[in-house]
Amino acid sequence: MNIIEGRCWKFGDDISTDLIAPGRLFHLRSNLPELAKHLLEDAKPGFYEKISEGDIIVAGINFGQGSSREHAPTIIKMAGISAVVAKSFARIFYRNCINVGLPAVMVDTDKINEGDILRIDIAKGILEDVSSGEKFSFSPLPETMMKILAEGGLVAYIKKNGDLIL
Amino acid sequence: MGKTMAEKILSAHSGKDLYAGDIAVVNVDLSYVQDGTGPLAVRQMIEMGLEKAHNPDHSIFFLDHASPSPRKELSNDHKLLREFAQKTGIHLSEIGNGISHHIVLEKYAKPGDLIVGADSHTCTGGAIGAFATGMGSTDVGVAIALGKTWMRVPETYKIVVNGELKKGVYSKDIILHLIGMISSSGATYKALEFHGDVIEKLTVDARSTIANMSVEAGAKTGIFPPDEKTKEFLKTWGREADFKELFPDEDAVYEKTIEIDGTKLKPTIACPHLVHNTKTIDEIGDVPIHQVFLGTSCNGRLEDLRIAASILKGKKINKKTRMIVTPSSRSNYLNAMKEGLLEIFVEAGAVVTGPGCGACVGVHEGILADGENCLATQPRNFKGRMGNPNAFIYLGSPAVAAATAIEGKIADPRNFL
Repeated sequence: MNIIEGRCWKFGDDISTDLIAPGRLFHLRSNLPELAKHLLEDAKPGFYEKISEGDIIVAGINFGQGSSREHAPTIIKMAGISAVVAKSFARIFYRNCINVGLPAVMVDTDKINEGDILRIDIAKGILEDVSSGEKFSFSPLPETMMKILAEGGLVAYIKKNGDLIL
Repeated sequence: MGKTMAEKILSAHSGKDLYAGDIAVVNVDLSYVQDGTGPLAVRQMIEMGLEKAHNPDHSIFFLDHASPSPRKELSNDHKLLREFAQKTGIHLSEIGNGISHHIVLEKYAKPGDLIVGADSHTCTGGAIGAFATGMGSTDVGVAIALGKTWMRVPETYKIVVNGELKKGVYSKDIILHLIGMISSSGATYKALEFHGDVIEKLTVDARSTIANMSVEAGAKTGIFPPDEKTKEFLKTWGREADFKELFPDEDAVYEKTIEIDGTKLKPTIACPHLVHNTKTIDEIGDVPIHQVFLGTSCNGRLEDLRIAASILKGKKINKKTRMIVTPSSRSNYLNAMKEGLLEIFVEAGAVVTGPGCGACVGVHEGILADGENCLATQPRNFKGRMGNPNAFIYLGSPAVAAATAIEGKIADPRNFL
């Protein structure tokens, strides 16, 4: 999991959970594979059909603002996205990403273009835009979150430890 | 070193001396999920092998988003929650009881409590002086099962509102103004602590609007030091014994202080599709409104209904618009009924629905048509929020909602007071 490589799909600022997992599809929350087919469709029509396994979502500031719905990062992962990269994340969404085992990386995304191939080294904190050759460094996650992410998420972490221990 | 409210409450729940930036395991007083996040929480609890509640009396499943259920899939989700609650002893709040956050304020939350909910507007609990925050399903599932979670102690922004609110200006205008000032991500991760003579005069109902929308500035919690108004609120709900004094230390360290002159505030509107796209009512211009929605987790309390009813009394809703009124809880619904407020709404031409989240969540009861404009008192106006990404949502106070319903376009409530 430490090295992730994939193609960039670019989104703007303030992408809400209502855009990621629309509220009008509330009835699909217990049918996540079906909900995943509607991922970000109100922001980028037909997005799910265009994704290849391992692709990376890249956005501006405040990605994931809004609802606490963990379904949002869950369907991003389920759709085959390997990481989300943004200038900044909304708090609940960010923690949910780690809990569902979806790497969330904070760097300045202005110079990254849609279609670029990105390589992310989670442990070293380096994102390389292979297409442009540009490298960006990011702060590693706090130890607690790194441990949860390394297990693949909070469910696996609790199953392994049987308790919440830091 | 002195402590903020957040630092004091989190320290008390961890047994450690915590300051901003520290990470600790903390014991929670109350954990809850709703019907949108609960089924996933239950499935994760089962997957983790944690099919239990650490303290069933302090764990609640709320059926408030799809209430009553409009589809069989959601009925099955409700069934899952009812059955799991029965098996574990977790409290279940049935359809029609109302929105989690308001029931929590009325019946459960105490000053100084640590509350986690799988709903972003859990921060409403800060109105009473609790550290209340929204999390995802798995986090809250763990909190229900183990009675604890882990947290990083947030830095605090001190928000000071001094002066005096002019007629027609309410707590909704304070929070919309603040978010317009600092943006939807201006307080990401921070705790907001509210002070000042304007704040001191606000009731807990009015404070709950501000606490609720703290998350719309990105905050982890929005908290009001408990005072006489808190005592008054608890007395109303027969819970005087739950009052506890709690205030930040004089030498508490704040990351930032933001001062707002309450005297200068005007009725404020958030325009599509972001909460920080604010304009004062004087700047808004001519915006025709097809639907007005009064209610939800920030403005469906008795005080909100009273404000709107005082404007609508004896008047008719404009033929070019329609109005939906959704009281936030069964108690607010009953009290509004006893006071004759519901009669005023119905006579004016509004639809009054049962208590719950109502049209705000885009599931039922008021989904917008393509190209329509809505003026809602809800906390957020994101694209697609009310069930249609091709519609436009404006946010305003209950007074703006009532004035708008009468004029059929966004209207200045000061002309009706």
